[in-house]
Amino acid sequence: MRIVAEHLSYTYNPGSPFASAALRDVSLTIEEGEFFGIIGHTGSGKSTFVQHLNGLLRLPSSQKHYRPKRLKKGQAPPPATVLTVGDFDLTDKKTNFRALRKSVGMVFQYPEYQLFAETVRDDVAFGLKNFSKEKLSDAAIDEAVRAAVEVVGLDYEELKDKSPFELSGGQKRRVAIAGVIVTRPEVLVLDEPAAGLDPLGKREVMELLHKLHREWCKTVVIVSHDMDEISENCTRAAVFADGTVRYVLPPRELFRHAQELTELGLDVPLTAKLTALLQEDGIVVDSDFTTADFCEKVLALWKKRKEGAQ
Amino acid sequence: MKDVSFGQFYPVDSFVHRLDPRLKIVFLIAYIVAIFLASNFYGLAACAAVLLLIMIAARIPFGKVLRAVRAVTFLVLFTTALNVLFYKGETVYWTWKIFCVSFEGIIFSVFLALRLVLLVICSSMLTYTTTPVSLTDGVESLLTPLKWIRIPVHALALVMSIALRMIPVLMDETARIKNAQMARGADFESGNLVKRVKATIPILVPLLLSALRRADELGDAMDARCYTGGNHRTKYKKLRFTWRDLVAFLLVAALIGGVVAMKILLPAPY
Repeated sequence: MRIVAEHLSYTYNPGSPFASAALRDVSLTIEEGEFFGIIGHTGSGKSTFVQHLNGLLRLPSSQKHYRPKRLKKGQAPPPATVLTVGDFDLTDKKTNFRALRKSVGMVFQYPEYQLFAETVRDDVAFGLKNFSKEKLSDAAIDEAVRAAVEVVGLDYEELKDKSPFELSGGQKRRVAIAGVIVTRPEVLVLDEPAAGLDPLGKREVMELLHKLHREWCKTVVIVSHDMDEISENCTRAAVFADGTVRYVLPPRELFRHAQELTELGLDVPLTAKLTALLQEDGIVVDSDFTTADFCEKVLALWKKRKEGAQ
Repeated sequence: MKDVSFGQFYPVDSFVHRLDPRLKIVFLIAYIVAIFLASNFYGLAACAAVLLLIMIAARIPFGKVLRAVRAVTFLVLFTTALNVLFYKGETVYWTWKIFCVSFEGIIFSVFLALRLVLLVICSSMLTYTTTPVSLTDGVESLLTPLKWIRIPVHALALVMSIALRMIPVLMDETARIKNAQMARGADFESGNLVKRVKATIPILVPLLLSALRRADELGDAMDARCYTGGNHRTKYKKLRFTWRDLVAFLLVAALIGGVVAMKILLPAPY
């Protein structure tokens, strides 16, 4: 499913002293099959944007406050907001939001804090039961839950009757992700999926997401403030700042804007920093800024120099 | 969930916001006494006028105040209906079995309803114009006499301020968990009562766990900073009386005096 947003704006608590514009005229297209990254500083509007994608924040109410009631003479009407996910038109109140939520899985920050059921099996089955129109047989539930739990890398037989609260932090997060993907959504959106994990845990989660992207969900969108995470994993990334989209580029090109990124309070990935430092010494490394590729290129250069010296 | 702002602090800078919280609490009590002293419409009108003045001085929008009233609409309507139907007055319009609608009954119920509305508005004015922190400071300071009989006033005030502080945090948490469960297809809006109560379990369990976790972390954080309670603690913000407090004091004193005077001098027709 293709995600198209045009001229999307959103204000929290409109018309009160707490009012804050979270999105201003955001236009962004995410193609089917992408592993898309959304990066921005805290409060840049990135989480607000993704919450629109499955209708948790609704458009009509936000638009009402954004558009001026009466237009001044000669003033052009503001461009119409467009927000579609596949065939779902989210600007339409009559859209079937349940069906939308079934096709757009949303994993929030610290998803392990949403676990509630007595057993892992029940918790993962929660979404499945909610979204199915008729009552599912136990066997059908078992089969779907087993597949979801196994794809996130856990042992179903061992865990199914355990309480989700007995698990380790990493296991909890995996169970929570399983609880979202169990309905086989076409688009999977994750808000800071690696937040609060150690480096190894981060890498494992990212590997899991790539696996899901290959085998399970066509499109994956991750929200993050960690440049390394985005540059290592995404096909394209959008930079959010102050509720607007600054750039939408493949990571490799994104980091040519290193200075602006730093000004927006975002870090550039380690590889980009090293490239810049090496460039000062006249060493040009032409990598795609992923750690693996960077190391390979640098090692190749190193060997060449060594041979040259001999 | 949209009505969370009821009773919450409204952040503008105004005359009323700057008043000493201790005085504001005392004034609220005095004002409530005045409402109940007022035995006729003149007295209530005086109370309402003073409240209007406070509202304007506090720069709280009228809609915000109405929202506080809306929360008790049902209570007001219910008591009014009961009073109208059961008050035994002299000028009877209509009777049926035990019900009786009379002129005096209607007047009496309107009077009570007004009292109730004024009561709600003035209490909400306190919370709209006072931050939870200064509110607890005020309460703690006012309850100082209880310390002499060994009641842990400081601990109680701390409990109160933490509870108040946690309300918006838990509200946010609730919204977050609700969103997460809605993304998993949870439905909180349809079905009969039993179904709806059951539907809240996926919110309540994580919410309770998170509240406990937060309490635990807060306790650890306080321990880590060697918090031991009230003895010998000094305050960052000392409460001080200013000219504003004097003005407010005179106003409230005048109100009470006026209401009492009206009670004696103006024997109302009703």
